[in-house]
Amino acid sequence: MRHSVSLKIGPVGFRIGSDWRVPIAALKDLYRDYPAPDDGIADFNVRLFAARFWRRFIRPSVMIGGDYIIPDAAPLPLEMGLLAAEMGMNLQMALGQRRYLLLHASAVVRDGKALLMSGVSGAGKSTLAALLMARGWRLMGDEFALIDPMSGLVYGFPRLISLKNAAIGLMRSTLPQGRFGPLMKATPKGNIRHLVPDAQAIAAMETPARPALILFPTFGHAPAERAVDEAEAFVRLTQASTNFVGLGQAGFDTLTRLVREVPARAIDYPDTESALRLVEDLWSATA
Amino acid sequence: MAGPQYLAEPARRIKSVRLGGITALFHRPSARTHLVGSPVPEILDALQETAMDANALLTFLQDRYEVADADPASLAARLAELEAAGLVRVA
Repeated sequence: MRHSVSLKIGPVGFRIGSDWRVPIAALKDLYRDYPAPDDGIADFNVRLFAARFWRRFIRPSVMIGGDYIIPDAAPLPLEMGLLAAEMGMNLQMALGQRRYLLLHASAVVRDGKALLMSGVSGAGKSTLAALLMARGWRLMGDEFALIDPMSGLVYGFPRLISLKNAAIGLMRSTLPQGRFGPLMKATPKGNIRHLVPDAQAIAAMETPARPALILFPTFGHAPAERAVDEAEAFVRLTQASTNFVGLGQAGFDTLTRLVREVPARAIDYPDTESALRLVEDLWSATA
Repeated sequence: MAGPQYLAEPARRIKSVRLGGITALFHRPSARTHLVGSPVPEILDALQETAMDANALLTFLQDRYEVADADPASLAARLAELEAAGLVRVA
């Protein structure tokens, strides 16, 4: 393709090609501190392309392609090209990842131990991970946590943090020196702005950690906390994994080991201050 | 009159892990995961070596596990579910 960039996020290498310069320029800027894939060979390819030749120029709209695709996915306008690239990378991970058990969860590390936070879209796992990063935790990722079937360790995937709607202003005020991508308004998920993970997150992005606590946060309720037993954690995390079934017994063994070894809690929170207090208290008590 | 004789999948075909009060089963031939509670693990265990019909199985479970209120209809329903899942078969 005319424009391309190769980069590595955590243990996974990507090559992103595009018919347009702008999304690649944005990726090169925001991922400038990330390494290239090992030996220059990407694990996954993403292609941003025009469905018809003239769509490169007239009301340009970006189709997302790659090694793994969703048929009939709707294109995005070129102003959302960065979002398309991120969606393309997420798609490769969700559909193609076989090396690790992939959990839809954010992950942060303190003292070498990992906290996993899994929840439905809007539960606040990206925002909480970003806020914990601002408090000195090492960010492993806001979207995917990768569990190694052999060791049970968590590997990070610290892509750009995807902030949505109110979280954008919150993180702008929390991290005024942070590096932010362009504001993309009225995307399918509302307003989106990406935040570059801090230097600590990028420098240690290939360093795994032993999982020590699993949280299932829910936003919009009075502060509350309850234990989640092994069976419930197992069911919730099978639902949060895109490749549990595909990995066969390796996925089963990895997930049963995780929920038996790592305590899990569900937390409700009405605002981020309450959430951070709950997280810090639970971490002190259990991890 | 004796009904159909049931036999469980051999233990080597099922990976079983206790998760609190629930048991997670990974059925290797189908690559499917099942979450089951009592009396399913006991049924699969009872039908490992010896094929039994539902009445014999009910008696066995009552004797072995001291099930006071064992219900033939419930047991028949469990056996039908397990057969549909491929975890037991008619011998």
